[in-house]
Amino acid sequence: MAFVEGLRCRECGHQYPAQALHVCDFCFGPLEVAYDYEAIAKVISPERIAAGPQSIWRYADLLPVEDAAPVDLGAGFTPLVRADRLAAALGLGELWIKNDTVNPTGSFKDRVTSVALTKARQLGFKVAACASTGNLASSVAAHAARAGMQSVVFIPHDLEPAKILMAAVYGGQVVAVEGNYDDVNRLCAELTSEYPDFAFVNVNVRTYYAEGSKTLAFEVAEQLGWTAPDHVVVPVGSGSQLTKIHKGFHELAKVGLLHSDPSGIRVSGAQATGCSPVATAFAEGSDAIRPQKPSTIAKSVAIGNPADGWYALDIVRQTGGGFGSVSDAEIVEGIRLLARTEGIFAETAGGVTIATLAQLARSGVVRPDEKVVAYVTGNGLKTTDAVAPHVGPTATIQPTIESFEREVSLEDRGR
Amino acid sequence: MSVKIRIPTQLRQLTGGAGEVDVDGSTVGEALKSLDAQFNGLGERLFDENGNLRRFVNVFLADEDVRFLDGLNTAVTDGQTLSIVPAVAGG
Repeated sequence: MAFVEGLRCRECGHQYPAQALHVCDFCFGPLEVAYDYEAIAKVISPERIAAGPQSIWRYADLLPVEDAAPVDLGAGFTPLVRADRLAAALGLGELWIKNDTVNPTGSFKDRVTSVALTKARQLGFKVAACASTGNLASSVAAHAARAGMQSVVFIPHDLEPAKILMAAVYGGQVVAVEGNYDDVNRLCAELTSEYPDFAFVNVNVRTYYAEGSKTLAFEVAEQLGWTAPDHVVVPVGSGSQLTKIHKGFHELAKVGLLHSDPSGIRVSGAQATGCSPVATAFAEGSDAIRPQKPSTIAKSVAIGNPADGWYALDIVRQTGGGFGSVSDAEIVEGIRLLARTEGIFAETAGGVTIATLAQLARSGVVRPDEKVVAYVTGNGLKTTDAVAPHVGPTATIQPTIESFEREVSLEDRGR
Repeated sequence: MSVKIRIPTQLRQLTGGAGEVDVDGSTVGEALKSLDAQFNGLGERLFDENGNLRRFVNVFLADEDVRFLDGLNTAVTDGQTLSIVPAVAGG
């Protein structure tokens, strides 16, 4: 907070105080947090960061809220795993997986929720709320429980059972809306105007919330010895995460922490074909993102009307990246490929990332001479129904050696 | 046709604090023009210089995005509700 100058409209530059505002009163453009980077550069250092907690809060100087005791379940500082077996399968060279499946509630949403609710509590909000495709609902409910806040989370009624259960177990209110995510989002945007005491983390607190995703870049840079990768592949729902990862690398350079030039980082986006408004605009060379009615198993990225779609598209184009879109069958194969080559079980959005990585590797957009980081941002236990028809016991036997030797082909070992 | 328009917080300083306003019009565009006639300055918040909806303004008719319908030319029927909603939300 010491380094936050206020909020600024990304479109028209109009300035606002650091309150619960998310869009410009004048042009409806998104508000961004404005920082005093010169002041940050004077105090920040690798040593200061290393002395911080093993969580996103080690980067507090570059986050929009300062609090000695943030609303925190330990989000972030997740493994960056060298993925040689997956790289070999895809014909790539130096490939890394940012394994964000291991966050406290199993997705990267804990990063943004922790930042948003810490700020919301400071602003005096008593009720934590959100419009969620599933992962955010459990994250908000869990963080609210820990902070002793009430929570009311809104989800599409047809989510995966595990995601509904994970949202409900923390004891807050879970409102299942008979509609898709875009309906939920529209409802919550309207409720924000009627219930000003609700902190909808991704509506009226979204300016702060979105900043939490920068830590996905900060950690990767730190884990690579304060250098940036050549190419990152990021799943795209609203497009917010992609734009903030890009921003994160550039901020590190601004405050003098990055040894490499961030202008060379290529950013590629990953969508499911059944919900691909941004990938479609990229493929068509269009600036207009036409909203879609989603139909995909990748529900966590099934946003037909993406708030930051235009910005994500712009970054991918500017950095020379690519945009892929993949079928449900490819998503399932992406999940299975990551699991059997690297031992990481991702939810469907992770399948979108891996399948898109494979697609972009085949088309030569992602190259074997690049240092590549693929972001895998949710845990496979949340979407077991996606893979349930495809995997199971390879044999069912009697508890005898004879049965084992009769039923199990040892050539199947170790694939 | 009389339709109800729901106004977001960001525009309520122009509507004297009102969250809902009744207007006349036979299309979405006409209804919004009629809103602009009632409240000075509101139109320039919604429309760009070419008369199109601004990029960050979403309009819903009976909870359906008008971009899935016929845009500003979408016909409205008596008693329907239009919502103006900032596009930047969610995800």
